This record gives sequence, C-alpha cells and structure tokens, in this order.
Amino acid sequence: MPHLSPKTEENTKLIEYVASRTGRDSRLETCIQCGTCGGSCPSAMDMEHTPRDVFALLRAGERETVLSSNTPWICVSCYFCAVRCPQEIKIPDVMYTLKSMAITKGAYQDSAASDFSQTFVDMVENYGRSYELGLATRHYLRHFPLRLPSMAPMGMGLLSKKRLNLKPKKIQGIKQLNDILDRAKELEAA
Amino acid sequence: MSKYLYYPGCSMEGSGKAYHDSLMPVCEKIGLELQEIDDWNCCGATEYLGINKLPAYALIGRNLALAEAQANGAKDIVAPCSACYLNLTKTDSYMAKKDGVDELINDALAAGGLSYEPGQLSIFHLLDVIVHEVGLDTVKKNVVRPLTGLRVAPYVGCMAPRYDYAKRWSDSEHPLELDLLIEALGAEVVDYPLKTHCCGGHMPQISPDTAYELIHRLVDYAEEVKTDIMVAICPMCQMNIDAYQNETNQHLGTNHKMPIVFFTQLMGLAFGIDEKTLGFGTELISAKDALAEIGSEKTVVKKKRPRKDKNALPMPQPLISKAPTREKEISR
Repeated sequence: MPHLSPKTEENTKLIEYVASRTGRDSRLETCIQCGTCGGSCPSAMDMEHTPRDVFALLRAGERETVLSSNTPWICVSCYFCAVRCPQEIKIPDVMYTLKSMAITKGAYQDSAASDFSQTFVDMVENYGRSYELGLATRHYLRHFPLRLPSMAPMGMGLLSKKRLNLKPKKIQGIKQLNDILDRAKELEAA
Repeated sequence: MSKYLYYPGCSMEGSGKAYHDSLMPVCEKIGLELQEIDDWNCCGATEYLGINKLPAYALIGRNLALAEAQANGAKDIVAPCSACYLNLTKTDSYMAKKDGVDELINDALAAGGLSYEPGQLSIFHLLDVIVHEVGLDTVKKNVVRPLTGLRVAPYVGCMAPRYDYAKRWSDSEHPLELDLLIEALGAEVVDYPLKTHCCGGHMPQISPDTAYELIHRLVDYAEEVKTDIMVAICPMCQMNIDAYQNETNQHLGTNHKMPIVFFTQLMGLAFGIDEKTLGFGTELISAKDALAEIGSEKTVVKKKRPRKDKNALPMPQPLISKAPTREKEISR
C-alpha cells in the first residue's frame, strides 16, 4: 500500500493550487487522462510517473508522491506533449511549477537535478551570463565524480578547440540585473 | 540589406563558437545586418524557470527591454539559439496576454529603470529569417560550390518549432524550413523523421542515462538512413550530439561516429568560404570524411515502389517542394 497524503483541505485543492501558480491559462484541471503526453514523451521511460499519472495524482491530492517524483526533473522541455495535448494544457509550464514547489519543500531527494538548476542560476546571478566551464566543473565534481575519467577527453577536446571560455564574462549591468531579480523575487513571494 | 537586432546567447561565445564564426561571413553574403543588443544577459535556458518563475521572466524581460530601447526603427530580434528564441517569444507572448504577468514583470524591470511593452518587437529564429525573410532565392544566388552528393540529416531539434508562440513555422513536428535550405545548397536531404526529437537538453548533467538513450536514437537513425552529416540549428543540440557521442558509445557499447555541424557552416561552404573561417575542425566528431563526399557520385540504389493496391486507403502525398507561405494559415 503506497503512502497516501492526508485529506487536508490544502491537499484536496492541490490541483487548483498548481494550476493557479502555473498561470491563468494552464488548463491543468481540464485533463481528460488520455495519456497522449506520456506517449509523446521522449524521456517517459525514465520517469517514475508519466505526466498523465502526475495529473491524476494532483487531482487526488497526493502531494508527497508528486513532489518527490523525478518526473518534472526528467522532463526535457521538448514541448511534444504541449503541442499534442487535446486539451492544450501547458504541460512543460506545469512541470516548472512542480520543480519550484519541490525545491521550496525540499521534497525531491536526488539533488543532481535541482542542484544543476541552482548552480546555473547562481552563475547567471553572479555574471549575467552562463559560464559553461565553471558550471560543468562544479556540477560534475559534486555529483558525477566517477564520470570524470570518461569525460576528460571531451573536456580537453572542447578546451583545445577553444569551445570553453576559461574565464566568465560579466555583463556591465550586473547590478541592474540583480536589482530586477531581487524585486521579482519579492513580488513572487508576496 | 535587412537589419535585425541580434541576441546571440551565451553558447555563441563558447561551445557554439563555430556557429558564430560561420554566421558572420554568411550574413555578409546574403545581406543580413545584425546589430547586437548591448549588454544582453543570459535567457535562463531551461533552468531558471524551474526555480523561480517571475525572476525567470524578469531575466528575459531585461533583454526585451534593452532591445526595445535600442530598436530605433528595427523592430525585429533574431536569435540563433533555439532555447533563447523560445524563452524570448514565450515571455513576449505571455506578457501580451495582459493578465497581470506583464505588470509584475514591468514592476521588477522598473527596479532597474527599464520597461517593456509586449508586442513591440518581433522575435525570429535565425533559420526562419534566412528561409522566410531573406529567402531561398538569395541563398541560391550565392551558391558557388553546390554540396552535391552530401547526404544531410536536417536536425531541427525541439525548441524552435515548438511551442511556436508566434505561429511562424510550417509545422511543429515536421517543419520543412531546414530541408528546403539544405536542398538550396545542392545537398541531398535524407528522410529524417526524428528531426524535431529531443537532443537530451540538460539531461547529460542531470540524468546521463536518459541523455545517452536520446542521443543514441538520433544518431542511430541517421546512420541507418546513410547520413554523411547531421546539421543543427541550435548550439545545445550540436553540443549534446557532438560532445557526448563518445560517452554514449562507451555506455551503450555502440560505435557511432556521426558528425554534426551548424547549418550556417554548410551555407558558408556552399558560398565558397574556406573551412577554417567557418569553424570546421572544432567539432569533436570530425566532419572531414563527410565533407570529402561533396561532389561524389552516389550509387544509392533506389527502392522500387510497390505497386499500388487499388483497395488501399489514400496515403499522404510526398513532401511539397515549396515552403508554405506566411499568408496561408498553417494549422497544427
């Protein structure tokens, strides 16, 4: 018997909450459980729940199961589901909402996925642009040290072909950018 | 001379350098003037949106605001990277709905002394501009060395034709733009139904096994249809298939060796620009053998079509040879 979330009001209104956080026209509640999303998904084979499952779980108020699922993290944002969904649900946007909810709750266990997003965001907030070399080294050392030997030739290849910058590029308006982002974070928390 | 504001995106300065290096001389030939948006910032790729939604839109909004301020008549932005293109169009179209998101984003932008009025700019992918705005006739006029005999797989990837917020592409799953361009260069387009399947995106960093499988599918099919070279329109696609192909081989016990380059590199080649200027040689899976096929006489034995069964259901017609026009409503 799987662990079921308690039937609190917060949980029974879970699908409405996720829909409203995603945006007014997410259309999440209109899911007819046809399964086109999972059938179109290139990475469904590695998901603990297909998107259709996730929407059913949301409707059932199974907060813990959804937020600890790897599904939103394995989503590659390819939008196949979005263009095929007969109900025109903004599925990738729903996945983004679930990711940010899982981060806030600290619910998702495999930290490689959420850490990568966070590391990327840190780089952008520090420099204003992505810094591939810094991002890759920090991420792979922390999460995939065993992959380093098989990746070394690739890293060296990219470096020798000048496809990785050794130093990050910082934009001039970095303060302006952070003022904007700080204000946006305030507004989102409100 | 058509003038566009140019949003390069972070990859063009690093892993996608060959894309940048080949684009510049190609632009000169086809009369495309690109004016870089001053002090642009990262679009957040697929990462920022999963952490904080509003800051992610504000991050992209800063680029739109800077572009609008710099516009001075030119109201079109062109992005060579599909992820950047998607993020810019997505933010613009969500703001244009005027359902409150636009006000929140502008509130955040105001903290940096900026603002953006949605719908002020048109946002294009580079391939779209070249095929639909510059036009294939201009491309053909510049071809001095047709890529005859080169079998090319048109790999469009997912984020340019999907979600297609601005409704510009001929189809969201099987767009023809890249096929037509390759044909215009004199090369042979292979039938590649996986053209808009995913390259793995950020999966090499998050779930490597997922990435290996996706890369394997794309490359394996390309090999099956006797592709000499794959061509990409997005730095992330090129990076994943090129740089992670050897690792994929190690993990799956396969022996793939499929080169992938940017479409602008092939354009440059057909325009007679030398390989080094175009960034050939910076790919990890060398394109050298593939390029040697140019001008070769292929003896591809065409399969005989089976006789038509009179009782069979009607089948879809073969690919049309002309791009659907903008005016024509393209239904999904």
